[in-house]
Amino acid sequence: MIRILLLITTILGFSIGSANADPKKVGFIYIGPPGDHGWTYMHDVGRQYMESQLGDAVTSTYIENVPENADAVRAIRKLAASGHDLIFTTSFNYMDQTLEVAKEFPDIKFEHATGYMRAPNVSTYSARFYEGRTISGHIAGKMTKSNVIGYIASFPIPEVVRGINAFYLAASKVNPDIQIKIIWAFTWYDPGKEADAANTLINQGADILVQHTDTFAPCQAAEKAGVLAFGQASNQEEFCPNSHLTAIEDIWGPYYAQRAKAVVDGTWAEKDTWDGMAEGMVVMSPYNAKLMPTDLIQEAVEMEIAIKDGSLHPFTGPIYDQAGELRVAEGEVADDFMMATMDWYVQGIDGELPQ
Amino acid sequence: MSIDVFIGVIQIILVATTPLVFAAIGELVTEKTGVLNLGVEGMMLVGAVTAFVTLVITGSYTLAFIVSLLSGVLMSGLFAYLVLILMSNQVATGLALTIFGIGLSSMIGKNYIGTPIQGLNPYFFVALSFLIVFLVSYFFYKTKLGLIFRAVGESHSSSHALGYSVIKVRLMGILFGGSMCALAGSYMSICYAPMWQENMTAGRGWIALALVVFATWKPGRILVGAYIFGGVSILQMNLQAWGVNFPGQFFNMAPYLATMIVLIIISSNRLRIKLSAPASLTIPFFKGR
Repeated sequence: MIRILLLITTILGFSIGSANADPKKVGFIYIGPPGDHGWTYMHDVGRQYMESQLGDAVTSTYIENVPENADAVRAIRKLAASGHDLIFTTSFNYMDQTLEVAKEFPDIKFEHATGYMRAPNVSTYSARFYEGRTISGHIAGKMTKSNVIGYIASFPIPEVVRGINAFYLAASKVNPDIQIKIIWAFTWYDPGKEADAANTLINQGADILVQHTDTFAPCQAAEKAGVLAFGQASNQEEFCPNSHLTAIEDIWGPYYAQRAKAVVDGTWAEKDTWDGMAEGMVVMSPYNAKLMPTDLIQEAVEMEIAIKDGSLHPFTGPIYDQAGELRVAEGEVADDFMMATMDWYVQGIDGELPQ
Repeated sequence: MSIDVFIGVIQIILVATTPLVFAAIGELVTEKTGVLNLGVEGMMLVGAVTAFVTLVITGSYTLAFIVSLLSGVLMSGLFAYLVLILMSNQVATGLALTIFGIGLSSMIGKNYIGTPIQGLNPYFFVALSFLIVFLVSYFFYKTKLGLIFRAVGESHSSSHALGYSVIKVRLMGILFGGSMCALAGSYMSICYAPMWQENMTAGRGWIALALVVFATWKPGRILVGAYIFGGVSILQMNLQAWGVNFPGQFFNMAPYLATMIVLIIISSNRLRIKLSAPASLTIPFFKGR
């Protein structure tokens, strides 16, 4: 029951003759609708930015609400078969499907978000959202009164686990008494379920909510219950003005423009991109001055600067896992491979990570 | 577990389960008259978006629910026209209605995503859902009209021969189902998660359809089934938050698994099938025959 919506945007500008004989077609596969005001919304903002930058050199299409199962193969193949030159698949569990279709269409370029499997015509790209989680964790550690933080997680994939760990490390550093309660919703997108999870966490004493799901339902539930929350993927302050502390924003536009340009120029090559705050792919929304003390905002801004210049790394040792095993030695930082495959909780988090 | 936390859990279960009850009881009435409408999800979404948009424009909750119910009547009326008059295939038409509803609701709601509204207290609707289930049960088993409705679902030819209007009864069943689905949708966008987001029902329509089978077409069992499905899903969230290791994935498939088990049980015995599913379900009615 996936709905397929093709959007072929009009090409603006006046190209007389044919400076660009054939505009390159860029396709996107979305996990949710662009109207989620979260993950997919930000990819769509990126897509529009790409179009505005490249003008009539590209046209773009997207298919929304594509489930992360065999249907994804169908959707990706549909884009590939309809003459697209570059296809972005924007969710982790499109990994196998992207590679499968890429094998059938060696001349088409593919880009898979948040994954780690590449091929000669498949690149991967992701953003270092965990850098933002570190700042959220610091703020939560300082702001909580009940010392209970509620965390609504989606699926137990490295991306999400890394976020939880980065958040907890920063929060427990400034507040050793902090307890983090995690609910795995096993969905990216279900406002009702996300609200249920939020209310359950609030009912169990959480006074700050963190989410790694895509809608603003948790932040709205926080607003209603009078507790604090962090937005997800985009600035969600307008939906919960009295509880929104800040949000981690994903800025994809420049990357999409750069990759599409590479296809237009014929210079595209397979690579892995993992950019963070320093490159501007991860940005913190304005800190809520109504809720946060000025010196805490100052600390958060300083942390941003430190992360950008490399003097602060979210995973700086010593880091122990739940079993008490030393994962990152004192004075060292976790390498990209360890972070990209993280499937363990750091010491101090209760509960087992679902497999 | 302190008493406050316990009450909190019960409240969350009631609020989360109510849309399932509304949608499932509506679909049950439709199926009892012998029509399978797979458009539940689509009608819920259209009901959700029309209620939300009306509320934003007029500021009136009453009007929001009226418009939403009307949208359910219109959507299911369209379905009724196709399957009763044009005698199209019910399964295909219902699926088409869902796909249509998803698209239509996204289109209507495009400019209203993220508009803030004041959510309504859900407990009135929780009570209403229990009342409706009771009334439907009373209607089917204690009134003459209810008997006629059931007869049409069992054997439309016999009912026709007795002089009852099969088309009229089925039309009423379909329209009631449509308005209940719209009510479920409007409850979601105005009380449960007060917002409009595309596809916000997230598969609850399909769970409602499964519930009707799970309940073996008995109104009272809709409540039992809905509260098992809803309760289990909220309880597992509580267990997770308490740090108890629990396979959350399991609960996403639990409603469907439970329905399959019920299907296996009722199909193991011919008599049980006869007693449960309306015999004329999905069979179109030709007046001439």
